[in-house]
Amino acid sequence: MGLVFALFFVLPLALVVVVSFWDYNDYEILPSFTFRSYTETFEGCYDQLPGLCTIFKTYVTTAELCFAVWAITLVIGFTISYFLAFHVRSLTMQIVLALLCTIPFWTSNVIRMISWIPLLGRNGLVNQALTHAGVVDAPLEWLLYSRFSVILAFVHLFTFFMVIPIFNSMVRIDRRLIEAAYDAGASGWQTLWNVVVPLCKPGIVIGSIFVVTIVMGDFVTVGVMGGQQIASAGKIIETRLNALQFPPAAANAVILLAATLLIITALTKVVDIRKEL
Amino acid sequence: MTQDTRPTVKLSRRTLLRGSAAVAGVAAGSGAVTGFPAVWSAEPKVLRYLGTAVNQSADIAKKVKEDTGITIEYVAVTTDDVTKRVITQPNSYDIVDTEYFALKKLVPAGNLKAMNGKKIKEYDNITPVITKCELPDGTKIGDQGTAPKKVMFVEGEHSTKFAPGMTEWATLIPTTYNADTLGIRPDLIKRPISSWAELLNPEFKGKAALLNIPSIGIMDAAMVVEATGQHKYADKGNMTKAEIDLTMKVLTDAKKSGQFRAFWKDFNESVNLMASGETVIQSMWSPAVTAVKSKGIPCVFQPLKEGYRSWATGFAVSKAVTGMKEDVAYEFVNWFLSGWAGAYLNRQGYYSAVLPTAKAAMEPYEWAFWMEGKPAEKDIHAPDGTLLEKAGNTRDGGSFDQRMGKVACWNAIMDENDYMVRKWNEFIAA
Repeated sequence: MGLVFALFFVLPLALVVVVSFWDYNDYEILPSFTFRSYTETFEGCYDQLPGLCTIFKTYVTTAELCFAVWAITLVIGFTISYFLAFHVRSLTMQIVLALLCTIPFWTSNVIRMISWIPLLGRNGLVNQALTHAGVVDAPLEWLLYSRFSVILAFVHLFTFFMVIPIFNSMVRIDRRLIEAAYDAGASGWQTLWNVVVPLCKPGIVIGSIFVVTIVMGDFVTVGVMGGQQIASAGKIIETRLNALQFPPAAANAVILLAATLLIITALTKVVDIRKEL
Repeated sequence: MTQDTRPTVKLSRRTLLRGSAAVAGVAAGSGAVTGFPAVWSAEPKVLRYLGTAVNQSADIAKKVKEDTGITIEYVAVTTDDVTKRVITQPNSYDIVDTEYFALKKLVPAGNLKAMNGKKIKEYDNITPVITKCELPDGTKIGDQGTAPKKVMFVEGEHSTKFAPGMTEWATLIPTTYNADTLGIRPDLIKRPISSWAELLNPEFKGKAALLNIPSIGIMDAAMVVEATGQHKYADKGNMTKAEIDLTMKVLTDAKKSGQFRAFWKDFNESVNLMASGETVIQSMWSPAVTAVKSKGIPCVFQPLKEGYRSWATGFAVSKAVTGMKEDVAYEFVNWFLSGWAGAYLNRQGYYSAVLPTAKAAMEPYEWAFWMEGKPAEKDIHAPDGTLLEKAGNTRDGGSFDQRMGKVACWNAIMDENDYMVRKWNEFIAA
């Protein structure tokens, strides 16, 4: 177990960190220590103040996307889980409905993403329907290749990662607690807020970690749905890799890892997952 | 070539097929196995062909198999990934079809073997557009950027420095080349387009697209900058830092005002953008225009007065390939130049490396349409049979000499590539 961990996690990660401190030219990595990849990545961050440099701007965009996706998947995920856990009475039905939620996962991520394009395009189904119904005069441009489409695709792809852990937490809530809350005169909302939500915290945090880490590192969805015009931390790495500039790509990966770890640490500060599990 | 002395050729097709499945696995490690002639003779001829999907047609693979018995296994990846593979995984392919502009990275890295001109039958007939940057009649054409002549020759098989003139060692044996320009939707634009400046014309706000390969995207932008008279570059394919800043600023302003609908990276993406009407003007590849047209949607590969941005691709052999495998690679390259493939590519709107052999393999009316810019005598069909042009129409841009003669620059990797890539990330974040 320890060996597998060392071989497939610690070693590659250590390599990434080491390479991020190496030099490079057009076609090869030069194993000599330098901060070049970092200084160039943060180039202008001080001079341009109060303006934002490339890397900060990119992280602001990524964080905004991340927050929006997190908030939406949380609300939808929680609602679905609540319905599954408390409104569906029979266990068979719960399993059937949970399985239904997995159906989209039978096709690949990329296909589920790309299938939005003909729907949202300028002459796509949504715009055709809207113009025919007379809701809009001209096709809506912001439906595709925009933040909207990126967030939509993310929500579509990743809500399920929120559903499962929250559902898992909810079914383990002792029903007598809820009955007790009713007996004590709590309204439906009070019960939800004071009993169900606190007891679901571990599920919420685990779901949040899934969603946040995926969105922070993504470049495919942002690229395809954003028309390659929206910056993301993952995209910087991709551009560098494509130009064969491995050390700056590695440096950016280290920065991304640090940023993601910060968020996760903050999340786990809210709830001690180990204790709650 | 010594193929005719080898028993492989005499093997029946059935034996070949039976063996091929078993050997497909062996092929992966075959680079390491050398010097067993007795074993070689029983092995089917298999080549792993790395490239972008554009040139990798199933028809070509089928025809090679019929003519030479060589089984082609396509490894299709994006332009950037071809370069990455060559440098990081030289054992993962036998023959690579890559662009000349990538050679500035590939040759110094030393993972390719130069091609021996003496083993290439048509070596002396390779078009002077590639070898000397001039038309067959001797007219010089634009050589800004990584013009193939600058990177085509080296001094020896394992040399990592480019030779100034022609030698018998070629870095790549050309497969195809073309002059790229903007693709437009005439039905949606409804007026003549004649300049690169139109790409950033606010009239097409939200309906323009660029190629998402930084080194090429910036050159398209440079064509716009020159067309609008903002700056004259000494070499659009090798800008100074100040020129990169200037060009990126023009692009950034356009992006901020919402000029671009999307940036495309994949051939099919560019076709979909254009066919669906998301974009009406964008940098494009010739067969992508053909693909849009074959859906019955009007699309023109618009000649522009400032000229074309050209590119060329060619074959090289991995350094891991030796022995009989290498002979098979040469056999394949020689087959490729012998006419059938050239004709096939010409019919897609590309140009082939050895024009006389391709001409022999094409119908006279096809040659007149594609290469001489004459009105089509009969309907022009794509290799797959779809109707491309009705009789009487002429090719966008005219003849070979008219199109290649108006090349302004070649796809390039700049000396300041690292700086440019950083600026590109800045542009995306803006």
